Amino acid sequence: MNFDEFLAKSPTVTGKKGPHDQIVMSSRARLARNLVNSPFPGWAKKNERLKIFEKIRETIDKIPVMSNSFSESMDAITAVDKQVLVERHLISREHAANGIGSGLVVSPDALVSIMINEEDHMRMQALRPGLQVQEAFNEINNIDDLLEEHIEYAFNDTLGYLTACPTNIGSAIRVSAMLHLPGLVLAEQINQIIQAINKLGLAVRGLYGEGTEALGNIFQVSNQMTLGENELEIVERLNKVAAQLIEQEENARAIVLEKSPKLVYNNIGRAYGILANAHIISSKEALNLLSLVRLGIDIGLFPGIGRELVDDLFIRTQPAHLQKNHAGKLSAEQRDTLRADMIRERLLKVNRPLPEISGNKK
Amino acid sequence: MLCENCKKKEATVHLTQIIEGKMHTIDLCEECSKSKGIDDPMGYSLAGLLAGMGASKETKENQPDEKIPAIECPECGLTTTDFKKTGRLGCPKCYTTFAEPLRALLKSMHKSLEHKGKIPKHFNASRSVSEKVQQLQVLLDKAVQAEEYEEAARLRDQIREIKKEPARKSKRKAK
Repeated sequence: MNFDEFLAKSPTVTGKKGPHDQIVMSSRARLARNLVNSPFPGWAKKNERLKIFEKIRETIDKIPVMSNSFSESMDAITAVDKQVLVERHLISREHAANGIGSGLVVSPDALVSIMINEEDHMRMQALRPGLQVQEAFNEINNIDDLLEEHIEYAFNDTLGYLTACPTNIGSAIRVSAMLHLPGLVLAEQINQIIQAINKLGLAVRGLYGEGTEALGNIFQVSNQMTLGENELEIVERLNKVAAQLIEQEENARAIVLEKSPKLVYNNIGRAYGILANAHIISSKEALNLLSLVRLGIDIGLFPGIGRELVDDLFIRTQPAHLQKNHAGKLSAEQRDTLRADMIRERLLKVNRPLPEISGNKK
Repeated sequence: MLCENCKKKEATVHLTQIIEGKMHTIDLCEECSKSKGIDDPMGYSLAGLLAGMGASKETKENQPDEKIPAIECPECGLTTTDFKKTGRLGCPKCYTTFAEPLRALLKSMHKSLEHKGKIPKHFNASRSVSEKVQQLQVLLDKAVQAEEYEEAARLRDQIREIKKEPARKSKRKAK
């Protein structure tokens, strides 16, 4: 399967249903694994890296779940395609910078991906729509079981799985949930909530990482510690926090709608107005306004319209996705125009929001 | 303001992070920020970046580890300096080589210093065999001391049987 076939066949998690997907957009579990007696990718010499890459790739080929995968060496993927993979959260930005001796294997449904020779020899992740952290973990754990029948991992009795960076040793697991929290942002409670979550040993990040703004009111919550707790405890804690966040977000939405409905309708109405009529729009503005339309869909202001319309635009209006559909290099200004065109076009079938929520619909 | 990394382009990315109660800031141009993976959701650390560039006065002043002697990993050749620069180890063996300096670091990062959780099957198998053998050996010694020779013979056979296991296992692997 070549890259374009892969992209066409497997859009994203968006459009797939999962529990609580109104608030939890996706769940992810990632394991880091390294081969015994081999230098880590960042320190290995080029020929060593190549050897490790080939060995791992062959091993993954033996796993039935990963048959018919998209499998490629990083030097064979164009810069734009790498960026598309980053925008879909299939590879990290660091991995996009890698070339020969590194690679990527993605299952046909794009729900499982394995980065080879990123910071560790293997970074494997499973993605699930909605709140399904346990399911994502089960899936990737199963793949890990199958892989370890063929390769011996670097493992230490007391320190667990050994990784290039000491922050990941032990269970070497990172689980995360991506949440859409416009209610908590509108109610100005989000900062308090983030602080509380940090105290529980979980990190909260924006859509595109630490230190960046939470664009589109999207937040990623993930575990920080990996040594001294087993996988199930880590999954369980994230589940609990996510359940709390769902409840808090639902409350916040109910409260702002009760206390200041006009503020909410105003924000959503203006967002729709701009998106439906703009001819130039930046990625940041688009994400923030689309988030408000998503909220409008959730509370019933856009009857008959599904969330997948917005979720799909979240991804397709990203720079590399726009570039992918056009021959010739686009400037930032050209992208802003194309983005606005795409959004206007998609919103043609969406009627303007109702003036207020009808009946008792939440 | 110029980018602190390449010192050529205008810095447009300004980062602030609080590490161990001290505020650190860094100014980078867009390209350098991208190449350092600053907008990567899966974990970027200003500490690593600062250490890599040797830019932060704070971190320099706070380093009491002058005392720590330079160590080099016999397996991969990574030195203490290399580790400080990148925050990454060179190979699995490094965890043994740098066990001493790593301990405090791991303590500050993690819940405890003992792995709880998944164990690879091949590792688990060999460990449980040696544990079982040890337990049986204790029983065997006791039996010999108590002059219960019948019991001792039974235990001895059991130990022999268990020690054969790994061979059987590798056969299964081969198919």
